[in-house]
Amino acid sequence: MAKLVAILATTHHPFFYKTSQLPPDEAPPFAAEWVRKVEAYRATLTAARPDVLVMVGSDHFHQLWLDNMPQFLVGKAPYYDGNYYNEEREFGLPRLVLKGHEELSGYILREALDREFDLAFSNELRVDHSITCPIITVRPQNDLPIVPIYTNIFAPPLPRPERFVKLGRTLRELVDAWPSDLRVAVVGTGHLSLELGGPRQFGPHGPDPEFDAKAVEWIANGDIDGCLSEVTLDSLHAPGNATHGFMDFMLMMGLAGYHKADYADNLDLFHTMEAYFTWYPNEGWAE
Amino acid sequence: MTATPTCVERYRADPAGTVAWWEAEQANQILNCVAGEASTWLAFTEAEREALATHDHVALFEMGAHPFLTLTLWIAMFERDHSEPLAMQLDYAAKLKHFALPYPDINT
Repeated sequence: MAKLVAILATTHHPFFYKTSQLPPDEAPPFAAEWVRKVEAYRATLTAARPDVLVMVGSDHFHQLWLDNMPQFLVGKAPYYDGNYYNEEREFGLPRLVLKGHEELSGYILREALDREFDLAFSNELRVDHSITCPIITVRPQNDLPIVPIYTNIFAPPLPRPERFVKLGRTLRELVDAWPSDLRVAVVGTGHLSLELGGPRQFGPHGPDPEFDAKAVEWIANGDIDGCLSEVTLDSLHAPGNATHGFMDFMLMMGLAGYHKADYADNLDLFHTMEAYFTWYPNEGWAE
Repeated sequence: MTATPTCVERYRADPAGTVAWWEAEQANQILNCVAGEASTWLAFTEAEREALATHDHVALFEMGAHPFLTLTLWIAMFERDHSEPLAMQLDYAAKLKHFALPYPDINT
């Protein structure tokens, strides 16, 4: 069977790439620490020696629109172009091409359908910064085939938090049972408290530092039940109008199960808290 | 449909004209369908038309336009007019400061 060698749950900050490319005399004061933290986090994936990456993210209305909006979608293609014009313009992100792992995509689609997840699929997906940012941060050589999984955290009605956790658990079962010799890592990105396009956007910190502190504890401790006891579709409006992206973290918690993260770090930045978590499922849990 | 940057520039320079063109020529197009299979019924309300034609992001927020989409378009159009980083975004937020939770419903 395949080996799930690492689970990474992190934020996807689109300005990291641009910030990391600036010469020191032009870089903002927080840049050096940010780059250090990302490089340390990258090492947690490198150490796991993955052969294939399952990437969980969310389209930002780039390809998926209101005429046809899937709740959960799996890419199944030999290649994925990455990033869009507005991401080049606004964030300075490069265009890139990622290889796909069609066999694992097809396996996940088939098996999840048989486990009551009616996943949508795409044979021609242009992934956006929710997928490319973690490539840039944790696998910048972009040398591994991926399986992109998109969740709808953007266009209500959204699936409930419990559904995200359940999909994470299902993906965990599927990867563990995949008849392959490959080493699989799952890398998912979301947000802590975040406001975009509202009155609380772009403050000196995330819009709700108290929520962020709680969220970091839930994730680091594998406290799925504590998290589910407080987080609902309605409650997520309070920390910031884009905080439903936290449900991608909850999906990753479902994958990791009731286990403390083997690696946990965060960084308070203007307008958002960055967070970096890694679990090593088959190397003995950190308890 | 023309490429996005062209539409952005057109909407920045001529909001009322672009909104009229959009409503007449583009709004009923269905993605992934040829032009001959367009919808027949989509139209802005008068209030929507007015808010779009006057670049009124506060009114759009109040009407439940998706905040991320509006912000992204506004950054594309107006960030260039501000010299300080994030100045445009902070001004955008300040104009919305009278909104308290719950924000206007964005369900479609």
